[in-house]
Amino acid sequence: MKLELRSVTKRFGAFTANDSVDLVVEPGTVHCLLGENGAGKSTLMNVIYGLYEPTEGHILLDGQEKRFAGPGEAMRAGIGMVHQHFMLVPVFTVAENVALGAESTRGTSLDLEQTRRRIREISDRYGFRVDPDAVVEDLPVGVQQRVEIIKALVRDAEILILDEPTAVLTPGETDELLAIMAQLRDDGKSLLFISHKLREVCAVSDEITVIRRGKVVGTVAPTAATTELASMMVGHDVNLTVDKEAPQYGDNTFSVRDLSLVSDTGVTVLDGIDLDVRGGEIVAIAGVQGNGQTEFTETVMGLHPKATGRIVLDGEDLLGMTTKKIIDSGVGFVPEDRTVDGLVGAFSIEENLVLNQFDTKQFSAGPSLRRGAIRSNARKKAAAFDIRMNSVSDHVATLSGGNQQKVVVARELSRPLKLLVASQPTRGVDVGSIEFIHERIVAERDAGTPVVIVSTELDEVYALADRIAVFHHGRLMGIVGPDVPREMLGQMMAGATAEELQANAPQPAVQNTTEGEPA
Amino acid sequence: MSTAVQENRNTVRPPESSEPEKTVVRHWRTAIIFTVLALVTLLVCAISAADDTVVFRLSETRDTIRLGDVALGSRVTGWVLAVVAICMAAVAWTAGSKGRKVPWWCTAVFWAAFVIAMLVWAVSHADSNSLSLPGLLGGSLTLAVPLIFGSMSGLLCERSGVVNIAIEGQLLFGAFSAAVAGSVSHNAWVGLLAAMLGAVLVSLVLAVFSIKYLVNQVIVGVVVNVLVSGLTGFLYSTVLSRSNVGLNAPDHLPDYAVPVLSKIPVIGPVLFDQSVIVYLMYGVVFLIWYCLTRTRWGLRTRAVGEHPKAADTLGVNVNRLRFWNVLVAGAVAGMGGAFFTLVSVSSFNKDMTAGQGYIALAALIFGRWRPFGALFAALLFGFATNLQSVLSLLGTTVPSQFLAMLPYLVTIAAVTGLVGRSRGPAASGVPYVKE
Repeated sequence: MKLELRSVTKRFGAFTANDSVDLVVEPGTVHCLLGENGAGKSTLMNVIYGLYEPTEGHILLDGQEKRFAGPGEAMRAGIGMVHQHFMLVPVFTVAENVALGAESTRGTSLDLEQTRRRIREISDRYGFRVDPDAVVEDLPVGVQQRVEIIKALVRDAEILILDEPTAVLTPGETDELLAIMAQLRDDGKSLLFISHKLREVCAVSDEITVIRRGKVVGTVAPTAATTELASMMVGHDVNLTVDKEAPQYGDNTFSVRDLSLVSDTGVTVLDGIDLDVRGGEIVAIAGVQGNGQTEFTETVMGLHPKATGRIVLDGEDLLGMTTKKIIDSGVGFVPEDRTVDGLVGAFSIEENLVLNQFDTKQFSAGPSLRRGAIRSNARKKAAAFDIRMNSVSDHVATLSGGNQQKVVVARELSRPLKLLVASQPTRGVDVGSIEFIHERIVAERDAGTPVVIVSTELDEVYALADRIAVFHHGRLMGIVGPDVPREMLGQMMAGATAEELQANAPQPAVQNTTEGEPA
Repeated sequence: MSTAVQENRNTVRPPESSEPEKTVVRHWRTAIIFTVLALVTLLVCAISAADDTVVFRLSETRDTIRLGDVALGSRVTGWVLAVVAICMAAVAWTAGSKGRKVPWWCTAVFWAAFVIAMLVWAVSHADSNSLSLPGLLGGSLTLAVPLIFGSMSGLLCERSGVVNIAIEGQLLFGAFSAAVAGSVSHNAWVGLLAAMLGAVLVSLVLAVFSIKYLVNQVIVGVVVNVLVSGLTGFLYSTVLSRSNVGLNAPDHLPDYAVPVLSKIPVIGPVLFDQSVIVYLMYGVVFLIWYCLTRTRWGLRTRAVGEHPKAADTLGVNVNRLRFWNVLVAGAVAGMGGAFFTLVSVSSFNKDMTAGQGYIALAALIFGRWRPFGALFAALLFGFATNLQSVLSLLGTTVPSQFLAMLPYLVTIAAVTGLVGRSRGPAASGVPYVKE
């Protein structure tokens, strides 16, 4: 089925998320929509899928204009969507999830047997290996994603929209997904693949449309150079690497010894982590999300008092201290989700800038706050960190993602630190702000502070790291240098230790599969 | 198991991986509770027990098949049951040390031993040492009826994602409507129908404010309860109590003895010689269970209560489904309300539901949001309530104030998770807003 968009515009109030977008997806092809976070990709997908109604413009299927009042109608017209955040009910079985909304019934009761049969059919045909009776929350992320694809295929989808499908996958799972996509394409389905990861896009797409700030910048062939794509995406030449000197090590150290943590439900989330970070170096922790990185940073910040082992910063054991004492002893922390942990959305920018220091002499006198000092501090920080806003007394939630993140970074870097822990420091941040935040982190390192970065983006890991530590299932798979090949890092993220890989290194076991398939 | 339900952010998130490695986590809570209660049993029911004879009557004089009475020596029984309880505590300790769950039979035997021991002890200290078992159980069922209807109402709402604090108001307004309509029409069935409609009206307020106008569901529920209490109280004192004969004297719903089944000793009269509303209750619980687990409506309702956005992306109209479910829940609660004025008492009284709606909510939680779970939880609360009145009738030496606390103590114990932490519908209480 051919999907065509003609000058589709979507506005939210005064904000234009999509500005007269034209797009054609031919049957039997993979079309990629490439753009930065916040460029309007997801909005456009939701318009196609009937979740939003377009403000202007037309959607055509096989040349016929369609209007969808809701996802149900889009689905009946043959459009299926694999959402970035899976739309699966965690406590349901695979069959129940697939049946939902399109249940077959026998008399008054559900006929799940028919759904199970369809799941097995599709699963066998594409080699999905999905058990219809497994409960979804017990399945690995990669399998959950296949359930999402099955959901679309059971409904006879001819056009499949995949919204950032690789964001939650290991490199190995990503390769499997790309293979599945190629198979679906060969079956005559039209695929619309949304991503901001250049390498995957080039590996699987037949055509690439780049959008920036809601507008189509151009359509290119997948043979285009990645630097060209990147600059189209961002609007100017981008420096995909960060300039930094070789590390100047100091004497101060941050060391973690045999750190373990068992969750309340009995799952080992951290398993004997040993890690040393010297002053003046950046250690990046790589790994697929949910392999213990979150718990590691939270434990360092004193949020998991049941953890065992030692966390020593300049001779002092942080484990067992309260979070307040840890912050006061000079640990700066950029949490992974600024809207949950880093900022209070309904507080003003100036208040958010002193969240961890409001009780110091500088900002408070007795029981009352020194409003004047807080305000002038905010003005200084806003200038130094290039935070773009109307007024320091605006709610911080009114800022864009990049500016919100700069508020967090400004607060954490604005005092003398003995350790900086930054988790996903640039998630959901525009490229301009990424460069800026990276520079500040490198500056902190050059000032002699040990820095720990947690990132699931390999590009970021390579850009910042002096050494790379890889987590898998709460274990440290090894610490490697910044020149390690991507494939080896990928295998470590999937559970191979550095020693195993080095032992096997002479054989060509390490294969480049991601880029091995030019379209 | 953790000691309290913590905020998400402080609990450890398990890795989203294929085979999480389990470490043995030892649960001592059940074992500790069992041990303490077993020791109490030993001390109260065995060591310091008076040597009396306690008689349990298994049949009433009017029964067709009559069984003999069971006479127990209170001290001997106390000792035997205390030893049983201690053994079960030991089993719980063994299971705990191996990181296993306490087996269900152990829990069942323990609680049975504990309850019977306490019963024998309480009866032996009463003026009359003879207790009718069918009377005790039948009364428990009767008292549980409004709780069961109430918790089914809560279940229909919460499984589809709306918190129903307004059960109390639904019951009360149902009772009021039943009394007035039943009196005016001189027909109890009309009263029952009016009760259902009245409670649907209360549900409508809850649905409109919480689903359409997105007002906090708990607040709407509480406000609705206060509103109904004030409204019915006002109408009662200004209208009903003055023309008592005309508007507040409904007929009773009839009793019905099921042939054959009601002749079974002990349980026959308890389960099958009851008011018709009890049979209605059996039907409603079964129907809700069947529909929730076996039908398209049930699948969608559960999906909307767990992950409304997922349901929406598959073409399910989330808010419409929620709206209808809340209205149906009202009709169910209305039947429970009718019980007050058409079965248990013959006229409406100010605030006569006396917090039963909240106990019904507790039964729902205790029953883990499942129809039969809530049914048994409500029966337990009914038993605790009836035990209190039976014991005070027997003239027990236990202070009546303490006995009056019994159902509420059971409620608190149940809700704080004596039976382990239960997981409710994930989206319950969260309004669904389409972006």
